[in-house]
Amino acid sequence: MVEGDILKIIAGAVITEPGNTAQTETGSWRNFRPVIDEAKCTGCGMCWMFCPEPAISKGKPARVDYRYCKGCGICANECPFKAITMVPEGRD
Amino acid sequence: MKQVLTGNEAAAIAAKLARVKVISAYPITPQTAIVEKLAEFVANGELDAEFMKVESEHSAMSACIGAAAVGARAFTATSSQGLMLMSEMLYIAAGLRLPIVMANANRALSAPLNIWCDQQDSMAVRDSGWVQLYCEDNQEILDSILQAYRVAEELMLPVMVCFDGYILSHTAEPVDVPEQEEVDDFLPPYRPRHPLDPAMPVTMGPVGVPEYYQEIRYMLHEAVRAARDKIVEVDREYGKRFGRRYGLVECYRSDDAEIILLTLGSLSGTAKDLIDRSRKRGERVGLVRVRAYRPFPREVLVKALEHAKVVAVLEKDISLGWAGALFADVSCALANVEGAPLLMNFICGLGGRDVSPLQIREALRAAARAAEVGEVKRPVRWLGLREKLVGLGI
Repeated sequence: MVEGDILKIIAGAVITEPGNTAQTETGSWRNFRPVIDEAKCTGCGMCWMFCPEPAISKGKPARVDYRYCKGCGICANECPFKAITMVPEGRD
Repeated sequence: MKQVLTGNEAAAIAAKLARVKVISAYPITPQTAIVEKLAEFVANGELDAEFMKVESEHSAMSACIGAAAVGARAFTATSSQGLMLMSEMLYIAAGLRLPIVMANANRALSAPLNIWCDQQDSMAVRDSGWVQLYCEDNQEILDSILQAYRVAEELMLPVMVCFDGYILSHTAEPVDVPEQEEVDDFLPPYRPRHPLDPAMPVTMGPVGVPEYYQEIRYMLHEAVRAARDKIVEVDREYGKRFGRRYGLVECYRSDDAEIILLTLGSLSGTAKDLIDRSRKRGERVGLVRVRAYRPFPREVLVKALEHAKVVAVLEKDISLGWAGALFADVSCALANVEGAPLLMNFICGLGGRDVSPLQIREALRAAARAAEVGEVKRPVRWLGLREKLVGLGI
C-alpha cells in the first residue's frame, strides 16, 4: 500500500496495488552497461521488445533507463544493427 | 453436553464445531484418528467441508495455505515426522500470515523410529512464527482449537494446538461439548482481509528483497508477540461464554512456593498430584504450567516464578548438546531479573517413557537440595534414565 511516496508493507507482504516493482531500482545490480550508438540505431524496437525489465523505451534512438537496467546484455545481442555495446561499469 | 472422548475425537469435534471449510491431511500415528473422524463427518453430511486427500504432509500444509489464501477456514492435523515434512510450509504459512489451525499430537522423532509421546516434534518448529498452545487434557484440546481460530483470524497468524500423543490422543475423558449455536456466536465466519480473488487481484508471496525482508519479519514477530494479549482476551470471552479459562500459564499452588515445577502438557496432571502430596507434608512446593509457549509469556512467567528459590523445569524434549527448550527459554526470560530463582532442568518422558510420580519426586528432592545449599551443580539432568543400558563409546 502506498502512502504518499512511502510503500507501507501489508501483513504477509501482500501486494494489493500493481506496479510497485518500479520501487526496486535494479540498476545497481549491473556489471556491464549497454551504450547505444545513436548513429547506428534505426529505432526498429528489437531491443525494446527483448528487454526483460523493461528498461528500454522505444524510439530513434532507443533509450536505456539505467535505474532499472541490470546489464543482462540481451539488447546488445539482439540488435540487428550492432548499435549496442556492453561497456564494463566503472570505465568510461 | 458431556461426552466421553479421546483427545483425537475432541480435536475432530472442535474442528467440526468451528465449521472448517477445508481439511487437508495425511495420516500419521497418533494423529490419524482426528482426520479419520473428520472424513467421516464430511462423508455423512454432518460437516460441509472439502476433505482433500494428499500425498504427504508437505502437500497437506500447502493445500491449507491455498485454502486459507482464498478465504476458507482450514484445518489439518499431524505428528512427528509429518510435522517435520511440513516444516518448510509452516514457515510459509506464518510468513504469508494465514490463519490455519493445526492439531499436533506430540510424538517423538526418528531415529530410532518411535511412535510414542514426547514434545521434540513441535519444539523443532517453535521458531516458525506459529502460535503454540500445549494442552493438559482433552477438554482443553477442544476449547483451545475453538479459541485458536479466533486468535488466528484476528491476528492473521497460524496456530498449532499441541497435545501429548497417546496420553491424550488415545485416552478417553469426559469432555463438555458446546452446542453449535454457542460456538457460532463465539466464532463468526472467517473474513480474510486480502483474499486471493480474481475480482480483486493481489500478489501473495512476492520476493522480499533485502530492502523489505527485515521489516516483513519484524511485522511477523510483532504479530506473534501481540498474540499474548489476544490469547488472554479470547480466553476471557470464552470463559464468560463456556465457563472454562486457561490463560497463558496456569499457576497451581505456586503463590507461596519455594520450589516450583515448570511443565508443559499432560505431565502437569501427574505433577499436580505430587504437589498435593508434598503440600500435605507441609512442603512449600507448587507448579506452573506453560500453556502458550509461543509467544513466550515472559511477563506472567517472571511474576509467577521470581519469588521461588528453585524452579525445576520438567520437559519431554532436548536441544541435543545443550538443554531442554523450555529451560533455555525460561532462563532467557529470567535474565536481568534481580534475585531470580535457581534453575534446574529435568529431561524426561522421551519416546513414550512413562514419567512416574517417583521421577517427579526425585526432581523435587534435587530441587530441595539445591534450595538448601543455594547452588545448582548440574543444571541439566535426565529422569528415569536406565543408566546400565547406556553404552557410551561403543
